[in-house]
Amino acid sequence: MKEFFNSIFTSDFVYSVFRVTTPLLFASMGAVISDVAGVPNIALEGLMLIAAFAGMYFSFLSQSALIGLLMALAVAVLFTGILAFFTLYYKTNIILGGIAINSLASGGTVFFLYLTAHDKGTSVALASKTLPVLRIPIIENIPVLGSILSGHNILTYLSIFSVVFTYVLLKGTALGYHIRAVGEKKAAAESVGISVVKTQATALLLSGIMCGFGGAFMSMGYVSWFSRDMVSGRGWIALAAEAMGRQTAIGSAAASVLFGIADAFSNVAASMGLPSDLVKTIPYFATLIGLAIFSIKTYKKYKDA
Amino acid sequence: MGDYILEMNNIAKVYGNGVVANSDVSFNLKKGEIHALVGENGAGKSTLMKILFGMEAPSRGSMSLKGKPVSFSSSKEAIGEGIGMVHQHFMLVESFTVAQNIVLGMEPQKYMFVNKEQAERFTDEISQKYNLKVNPKEITKNLPVGVKQKVEILKALARGAEILILDEPTAVLAPQETKQLFDELENLKQQGHTIVFISHKIPEIKQISDRITVMRSGKTIGTYECETVTEQEISNLIMGCEMDTSITKEKRDFGKTYIHTEEISYKDKSGVQVLKDISFGVKSGMIFGIAGVQGNGQSELVDLMTKRKSIQEGKILFEGKNIENLGVSDIRKTKFGYIPEDRLDQGVSVSESIRENMISNRLSSRLFNNHGFLNFKNIHAFVEKNIKSYEIRCTGGHQPVGMLSGGNMQKVVVARECGDEPNILIAEQPTRGVDIGAAHIIHKKIVELSEKGCAVLLISADLSEVLKLSDVVAVMYEGEIVAYFDQTGGLDEEKLGLYMLGIKRHEAEQIRKAVNQE
Amino acid sequence: MSRERTFNMLRTAVSMIAAMLVAFIIILFVSEQPVESIKIFLVQPFSSRRYLGNIVETAIPLIFSGLSMAVLFQAGLFNLGGEGVFFMSGIAGSLVAIWFQLPFFIFPFVCIGVGAVTGILVMLVPGVLKTKYGANEMVTSLMMNNIAYGIGCYILNNIMRDPSVSSLVSYKYRKAALLPTIISGTRVHLGLIIAILCVVIIYIFLYKTKGGYEVRATGTNIRFAKYSGIRVTKVIILVHVIAGAVAGCGGIVECLGLHKRFEWTSLPGYGFDGAMIAMLANNNPFGVVGAALFVGYLRVGADLVNRFADVPTEMIAILQSLIILLISAEKFLHKYKQAWIEKDVNIGEVKNEGVF
Repeated sequence: MKEFFNSIFTSDFVYSVFRVTTPLLFASMGAVISDVAGVPNIALEGLMLIAAFAGMYFSFLSQSALIGLLMALAVAVLFTGILAFFTLYYKTNIILGGIAINSLASGGTVFFLYLTAHDKGTSVALASKTLPVLRIPIIENIPVLGSILSGHNILTYLSIFSVVFTYVLLKGTALGYHIRAVGEKKAAAESVGISVVKTQATALLLSGIMCGFGGAFMSMGYVSWFSRDMVSGRGWIALAAEAMGRQTAIGSAAASVLFGIADAFSNVAASMGLPSDLVKTIPYFATLIGLAIFSIKTYKKYKDA
Repeated sequence: MGDYILEMNNIAKVYGNGVVANSDVSFNLKKGEIHALVGENGAGKSTLMKILFGMEAPSRGSMSLKGKPVSFSSSKEAIGEGIGMVHQHFMLVESFTVAQNIVLGMEPQKYMFVNKEQAERFTDEISQKYNLKVNPKEITKNLPVGVKQKVEILKALARGAEILILDEPTAVLAPQETKQLFDELENLKQQGHTIVFISHKIPEIKQISDRITVMRSGKTIGTYECETVTEQEISNLIMGCEMDTSITKEKRDFGKTYIHTEEISYKDKSGVQVLKDISFGVKSGMIFGIAGVQGNGQSELVDLMTKRKSIQEGKILFEGKNIENLGVSDIRKTKFGYIPEDRLDQGVSVSESIRENMISNRLSSRLFNNHGFLNFKNIHAFVEKNIKSYEIRCTGGHQPVGMLSGGNMQKVVVARECGDEPNILIAEQPTRGVDIGAAHIIHKKIVELSEKGCAVLLISADLSEVLKLSDVVAVMYEGEIVAYFDQTGGLDEEKLGLYMLGIKRHEAEQIRKAVNQE
Repeated sequence: MSRERTFNMLRTAVSMIAAMLVAFIIILFVSEQPVESIKIFLVQPFSSRRYLGNIVETAIPLIFSGLSMAVLFQAGLFNLGGEGVFFMSGIAGSLVAIWFQLPFFIFPFVCIGVGAVTGILVMLVPGVLKTKYGANEMVTSLMMNNIAYGIGCYILNNIMRDPSVSSLVSYKYRKAALLPTIISGTRVHLGLIIAILCVVIIYIFLYKTKGGYEVRATGTNIRFAKYSGIRVTKVIILVHVIAGAVAGCGGIVECLGLHKRFEWTSLPGYGFDGAMIAMLANNNPFGVVGAALFVGYLRVGADLVNRFADVPTEMIAILQSLIILLISAEKFLHKYKQAWIEKDVNIGEVKNEGVF
């Protein structure tokens, strides 16, 4: 038991919280932007998976991590574009569209994994690249703090920036105003000539870019390969985080960190020799409990509404 | 023909569900006039204006603006050509400030960000220029209806609107507010704006407009100089024939008190006192009208009575029984009917058939429910009977309600709620957005019910409806009953308006009479 | 109305054809003998009794999951927990099938009953969280999938695992627990009859009873349902119970019908398939059977092509997503629909009925 606590109150643990929170932050920001625009993107999970595959595959082909990242973004945007096209132009229900993209991602990545790596499990046969780790001068040398804050994957830093970006976008820019207006009252935006379709498409594509980063991190940072269904519910956890954060960038980020802690905790528990099948479920339990507790609070507040 | 700023020729519009809203409509505007577009609900006025504003594409027909042919594929293009529209349902983002709403879509920017100060300054400037006073910093949600309307007009003017379309602007206003609006419109006309004024209130039209175009059944009947036609003539043109919409009510005695409320007070979730000490009683056979400008607590009162909100303070008794601990389904098991304000929101399920919509509240009744299984024979008979007696225009009970017009849809709602002769009926805006024919049938049915001993609570913003049907009238203002009239003789809209705006108020003693003790 | 319905059927047909075309394109790119492969994909599933049997046996679990989703969709609930339910009920039923000893005519049914109850319990978690706290059922049901998988794997690894076999499988089921084959020369098992029975029961429930009416009213307009006095929370719980029971049956029926022991090492994917099948069927129980058979056909075809030309069977996922996208696309083919309607209505000669 003592050993257990010792391994939690270490800088390693805090470091790993940053690491596991990275994809959650990206995805939950994607969820915030799309949801505020009134087009909740539930395909985060699948989009990250597709991006993870694309990042792995194109970095292998080009032997350049940067090209891998760019292609991960491009492919994520492409598939978000497909989702946007169907939901905004053909009026497919956004939820059903999201389900379609998710099932496409989970089967489609295995399909292409088999065609490229001749394996339906992982891509270890393909020597793909990872994105660089960033050492921050000065901070790096501070004891404890240095080992927590420095030496992360470049995308981890970017994920923190994505929260700032989302916040400023929605609160301060004209595009953010339009996104909020469209999400709150479509007709109002339309009546002043704001194109609802264009605004919602932009919001969806932005959320796609977030998924691109999140996915690229999975296969080019978190680990250095692709494996089937490797996103394992992070997209959904991000959605839960966004619900708990009430569609706000800051709130959703905070909830993401909570789930990140649960995730890091389950990793520690597994390494302690607790049954891995069970401890793997900790983040999902945390999400269920989080949603319930959060809802209890709002439920009491809005009992009448 | 050169003196028209706008011409619309032979416009037709067929909607996706096969409803023909416009067939062969022609309409034109002269610069600087106030032009009334009149016709009953469903005559195609709104559709025509949506086409003009680029919200709907016409199925056929042509438009020309200032002599050159135009066609708009979006509102944006219409706005670009100097057309502005104030919709019947406001197009405002409620969580935004007034300034944010006014600059929406054309935000002043500084670097990459919106320049809030400049937006507010701009709002102040145009508000002064057109003499429409608003506070740019206020959150739109908190504004009274009249002010929201000003924001809407400013929004259009800020975008350079020369032609301003107002879709039933007075429907939500008290008579005195309407007067103010008319002054503002006159002012705009002086400044050279052209105004299209959609309405079906004939005296108003006579008062404000220069020319009148009448529509009926998706067609234009004609355009007239306002001075050359009388109110009666306009009415006849709208109806197509002389229709008697008067209601005859038998003089009758009232019975027991069926609805009784005792000092109802209610605070909403942000702590605002929405209702205060509401006490009244409705007796068997009585139609109790509640008049008031929308948003003065009427909908909360109804929510409490229909158990969609839980009672905080005070008591509500139905036939002597306290409903505090009952759920919607418990109340539904009693002889109770409720015509909701917004039929599309909760009154009907549009994708389902007329049949399914007509039985939703009586599933537990022996007649329709045989140990959990539905009795289709009885359901069928019930539905057919109602279709006939309410003159619902449809292809049969299997037709999805979404395919019906507003009036027929409302008849389905009323038939369901009144079909088994309830003892209590709450009718909330029962004929809003309904054509005159359907409204007449609904009015007749409500009076019929009351003659059979039903206690009817009628909540309506349409004062002529309140005056026509009610035996007694109460006025609500800011969550309180501020006036009570134990008869409608001698009452008129103007008089009620004074109370609706809080200018006058009855003595407490008079208001207490609303309890209608036996 | 009939116009609307005809149009929906047309759209479904077009979606199915589009999916087939995409399959051809994929085969064209991946296979070295595309023409031969396409022929196999299209025709071979019908070529023998065994392959026809394969279509039906593939369709059985799809009927269960499609039916479960159809009930949820009818109530307007987007619960994708079928995955976890299939897995968990398979585990629970397997425990019984391995360690209980009962006569053969009731043994499978006891297992199925345990599976159904497990399914109900798993499904109720999102249901209760939804009604009590308003938690989004889609997110919670997906979390439940992962939780069910984790717990199921734990039981499989630590309790049921047969150490004499190198791969991760359970002990063998008792013979008496297995569902017998009902068509000789195929592996089509008694599960088919159970599935059809479920379809009929669900159909009667949805369209002939008060409860079914309440489910549908809740699904089409929940505020209307509440206003009409329907106890919406009760309906939501009921729907979760039914969907859980049906999917739970499906999970264990699949195990007892096709396998001799518990063999799933990952989530079987039936939850998402169910969503697609329910949509293809327009949430109609009988339609589910047709949709499941169609998907079964696609699968068997893809499987045969996989064996012949090394085109991964996951191709199916791509086709299925396309079907979902197209079927739910309200505006797909809309232009033709509008033209059709306009042609039908004579604009010049409008009667009052048409306008009001």
